Amino acid sequence: MGEVAAAPRKKVSFRQYLTHLTEPVQRMNPITVQILGICSALAVTVKLKPALFMAGAVLFVLVFSNFLISLLRNTIPHRIRMIVELVVISFFVILVDEVLRAFAYDVSKQLSVFVGLIITNCIIMGRLEAFAMGNKPLPSILDGIGNALGYGIILIMIAVVRELLGSGTLLGWQVIPASWYELGYINNGLMVLPPSALLVLGTIVWLHRAWNKQLIDVS
Amino acid sequence: MEWLNIVIRTTFLENMVLAYFLGMCSYLAISRQISAAFGLGLAVIFVETLTVPLNWVLKKYFLDPGALAWLHPAFAQVDVSFLTFLVYIATIASAVQLVEMVVERFFPALYNALGIFLPLITVNCAILGASLFMNERDYTFGESVAFGFGAGLGFFLAIVLLASIRYKIRYSHVVAPLRGLGIAFILTALLGIAFLSFAGIQL
Repeated sequence: MGEVAAAPRKKVSFRQYLTHLTEPVQRMNPITVQILGICSALAVTVKLKPALFMAGAVLFVLVFSNFLISLLRNTIPHRIRMIVELVVISFFVILVDEVLRAFAYDVSKQLSVFVGLIITNCIIMGRLEAFAMGNKPLPSILDGIGNALGYGIILIMIAVVRELLGSGTLLGWQVIPASWYELGYINNGLMVLPPSALLVLGTIVWLHRAWNKQLIDVS
Repeated sequence: MEWLNIVIRTTFLENMVLAYFLGMCSYLAISRQISAAFGLGLAVIFVETLTVPLNWVLKKYFLDPGALAWLHPAFAQVDVSFLTFLVYIATIASAVQLVEMVVERFFPALYNALGIFLPLITVNCAILGASLFMNERDYTFGESVAFGFGAGLGFFLAIVLLASIRYKIRYSHVVAPLRGLGIAFILTALLGIAFLSFAGIQL
C-alpha cells in the first residue's frame, strides 16, 4: 500500500529519501538537537534491556502513526488535528502495551507508566505535526524510522554507560570480571540513581556539539 | 496527616521532574525566562490538581474491572481497562480546553498570565504521568487530590529553580559546546542530587 501511495509524481531521487533516514540519527537528532522526547526516555535507562524494549516500542508507534497520519493528512480538519493525532498515537500505544503485557511481562512491569507515556512523547507528536501532516506516506515512514533510531541510539548509549558503570553488567551478563572486584574495584553507585542519566546525557550533548560545531548554541 | 505526607513526598522526594524526568521538554524549553517558568508552573499545579482526581473518578466508575456494575448488574463482568490511556489523555485534553475557556471568560487577568501555556500542557508528560502513577498506586479520592497537587507543586518548584539558576549563570563562562542544552542537563542533574538529600523524610 505504501508503494502505491508513494509513487512519486515528481522524480525524487533515492538519495533524497535516504536523507530522511540519516538526518535525524546524526545532525538533527531528536534528543540532543531538537530537545524532544526526553520525558519518558531517561527513567528507563538504568538497565540496557528495558531501554532496548522502549526504543523498539517507540520505533513501532512512531513509524505506524506517522504512516497513518500521512495517509489521513488531507481529510483531517485543521482545528481538531491534535485530538485526532492523540487518538491515533494512543491506539498504537495500547497495542504495544497489550503485547508487552502478554509476551514480556517482567519488562512491562519495569517500564511501568513509561509505556503509556509514549503517548505524550514529544518526538511522536512533533514528527506528526512537523512532517507527517505535510508529506507523502513513504517519506513519512522513513522519517519515523530515522527519528526513532536517533532516539534509540541515545537511549542505548546512556543505558550501556549506566549499566556498565553502575552494576558491572550488560543485559544482565557480568562484564566486569570478578578479579577486578577483588583488587578493590567498586560499582559506581551514582550511576543507578536518576540524576546520573542527565549527567550522561549532558556529556553526550557536549561531545556531539564539540564534534558538530554548527550546532553550538550562540545565544 | 496522611495527605500532607503525600504532598511532601511527591513534591520533594518523588519529584516529577527530578526523579522521574517527566515534563522534561517544556521544562527545558520554558526555563529560559523566570516569568514564563512561573506561569507554566502555576498552570501545571492547577491542571494536575484537577485532572488527577477527575481520572480517579473515571477509573473507579468506568475503567476498573467490574466498575460498570453501578449502571446495571449485567455489566459486572465487563472489563474496559484496556481503554485507560485513551480515556486519560482524552480527559486531560478536554479538561485543559475547558479550563482555558472558563479562565478566559471569568478571570481575564489569570488568563493573560497563563494563556499561552495552557494548550502546551496537554502534551506535557508530567500531567499524564501523574494520572498513570495514580492508576498504579491505588490511592483513595482524597489521596489522589493530594497527589495531584503535590506533583504540580514539585514541577513548579523544579522549573522556577532551574530558570533562576539559568538566569544567574548568564554571564558565566560555560564551555561553548555545553552552552544552552548541555549545561541545562548538568544543572538538572545537580538539582536532582540535591533533592535526593530529602530522602527518608516522613511526617
